[in-house]
Amino acid sequence: MGRNRVAIVGAGMTKFVRRAQETAKELAWKAASKALESCELTLDDIDAVVVDTAPDAFDGIHMNAEYLSDGAGGWGKPVIRGYVGGGTGVFAAIQGWYHVASGLFDTVLVVCEEKMSSCQPHPQGAFLTIFDHTTERPLKPNLLWIFALEMNAYMSRYGLSKKDIALVAVKNKRNAADHPAALLGDPDITVEDILNTEVLAWPVQRGDVSPISDGAVALVMCAEHVARRVTDKPVWVEGVGWSLDTAYWTNRDLSYPTYVEEAARMAYKMAGITEPRKQIHIAEPYDPFDYKELHHLEGLLLFDKGKAPEATALGITQRDGDLPVCPSGGLLGVGNPIAAAGLMKVAEIFWQLRGEAGARQVPGQPKRGVAQAWGDLMQVGTVIVLGI
Amino acid sequence: MIREVAIVGVGWSPFRSITPDLSYKEMMYEAAVRAYEDAGIDPRRDVDSFVTVAEDFNEGTSIFDEYVPDQLGALHRPVQTITGDGIHGIAAAVMQILTGQFDVVVVEAHSKASNVLTLPHILAYAMDPVFNRPLAAHPYFIAGMEMRRYLAETGTPLEACAQVVVKNRANALRNPLAGYGADLTIDDVLASEPIAEPLTRLACADHADGAVVMVLASGETARALTDRPIWVRGIGWANDTFWLESRPWGQARYAYLAGQMAYSTAGIKSPRTEIDFAEIDDTFAYKELQHLEALGLCKPGEAGAWTLEGGTELEGEFPVNPSGGSLGEGHLLDCTGLARVLEVVLQLRGEAGPRQIEDAEVGLAFAWRGVPTTSGAAVILSN
Repeated sequence: MGRNRVAIVGAGMTKFVRRAQETAKELAWKAASKALESCELTLDDIDAVVVDTAPDAFDGIHMNAEYLSDGAGGWGKPVIRGYVGGGTGVFAAIQGWYHVASGLFDTVLVVCEEKMSSCQPHPQGAFLTIFDHTTERPLKPNLLWIFALEMNAYMSRYGLSKKDIALVAVKNKRNAADHPAALLGDPDITVEDILNTEVLAWPVQRGDVSPISDGAVALVMCAEHVARRVTDKPVWVEGVGWSLDTAYWTNRDLSYPTYVEEAARMAYKMAGITEPRKQIHIAEPYDPFDYKELHHLEGLLLFDKGKAPEATALGITQRDGDLPVCPSGGLLGVGNPIAAAGLMKVAEIFWQLRGEAGARQVPGQPKRGVAQAWGDLMQVGTVIVLGI
Repeated sequence: MIREVAIVGVGWSPFRSITPDLSYKEMMYEAAVRAYEDAGIDPRRDVDSFVTVAEDFNEGTSIFDEYVPDQLGALHRPVQTITGDGIHGIAAAVMQILTGQFDVVVVEAHSKASNVLTLPHILAYAMDPVFNRPLAAHPYFIAGMEMRRYLAETGTPLEACAQVVVKNRANALRNPLAGYGADLTIDDVLASEPIAEPLTRLACADHADGAVVMVLASGETARALTDRPIWVRGIGWANDTFWLESRPWGQARYAYLAGQMAYSTAGIKSPRTEIDFAEIDDTFAYKELQHLEALGLCKPGEAGAWTLEGGTELEGEFPVNPSGGSLGEGHLLDCTGLARVLEVVLQLRGEAGPRQIEDAEVGLAFAWRGVPTTSGAAVILSN
């Protein structure tokens, strides 16, 4: 896989909170410092920096990565920002991979930061500007509406109930109770609690949605010869994939994320995975909405189409189930500072494979995991497969 | 990087001050079709990955990545955005190809600056929101202060900066792609109205619309596709600090660092003798001089005299911005670096028409992301 085999050797994150007192730059610095400390490296060891963040409209900072660059450790170094909407967090790790796999750099710091609370009165206002300026924006669409369309399409295609889907929110918020950085962990939450939350855009209720959050996450990625020196427990990047569908989302079948399947197939091929259901032991699919976890598990080919809800009801995706899914607590539980949330999923797989996930540790010593994010106008899939 | 990655196709939509007849999608499509024809490829079959370079605020759209795939023939394929300069996009493509997992990667960047009614206000959103933005100053004040400092540290005369404008806009008259060709004198430039003293209006590049698409391929594929690949010899990029309060105002340290990385990946020890010509960021006229020095193409403080002596003219010993640069072509926002690279490719292929440099074998392109950033990227190409 590439000229250099690439390992993740360190990870760090800030708490995910509703309204951080720190500036965006300070959040980036905190996560970057923690990641470096976790593998006992300093900025002198870093050859290049990837700084990713999702829409500039949240912070209201044009060329946001330039502003963040010193906070993320980029002073005097090659700094680059990639951007694929909500898929950015996992894509940042893919960028880190190609920086190192290219042979140009030995050690790369990957930082994702998001500060949504700066957007007043509510970040949904920023989301208005993701829609087509001619055909859609005049309708004043809201992001929740298009998710309501998608959730409805998924439910009606497979005859699902709201309760089938709320099980995901319950699982993830309970898992998050064990995450020290989580915003919405709750060990006692029930399906009734979710079903009793206010309706935002039917069938989407507040309990189905991840919270607006501030936070940052960072990884240290390096070439094999450095990894062997730095740690006894490198976690290898085995495969990466990403794919983008048309901007004309109204022409698509909303009940299945084809772009996620394409990204997964690319990553599995690179990783030599032929039977993902047997060869993948743990998954962190993107769950900004509860139905999205189910949607994405099917796109990742881990369950048949329409069968992820049944598996969830049977407990297969619980932390002690056959395929632990979002043991971190996911976006629904830990929080959703967009780009940082995606990278948090990669960090969770890293900690789980190293057996360092503490109270969240899944049993059975998993050897391979997949993290996935999704974004743009229900359009892009980003996938990374990690193994030990 | 010895013959591992090459540019095998280039396409463009010409650079014009306004383009009311074209949408950004149409400009991207026009540039892409030219590039794919030039490379002899079908994007749906032959391209492994696409890179677009764009900034949301310049586009007026959040998550601009959404609106990229259709007009590039990139549906259901790996597509990513780089929010940087076009040369950062080239860097992403080069890295992907060097991993060995991608054979053909396409890079696109464009500018639809004429759609933006309040560019200075958009740019002001790039200022540090806590310390600098409340000053509510036009961001070009940074360029004025930096120019003053550069002139003071090096003793460069104002006339040398003005000569950069005269040279570049004259070069642009020989470039059918360029939107701002003009026959000016040093006095014209110095007498134009002040923007942020000592910076005058004619010493700032005006904006233009346009698009550039490039097709990059791995060595073996490049040789199979074309008998005149333009090889990527070296690449480098770097940031200095973003803090206005702690940056070195006289020298462009980001350009020095990006240049050093590019020279080291290219195995170049003596850039002035090993490189034949350069396309260098000239968003503001003094920047061409400052960047020439930082890139080690002349000694510190000598770029002004060199320019006044004609050393960097089209017929000089080391032509700089034969295309006309940003001053002559128009500043293309995030596409600026790709416009620089495009000229280097055309020169190395011998396709630069009336501005062709004889026996050009190695060329350098360097881009800067403009105020208030300290972000630069360089690429070295050879035929």
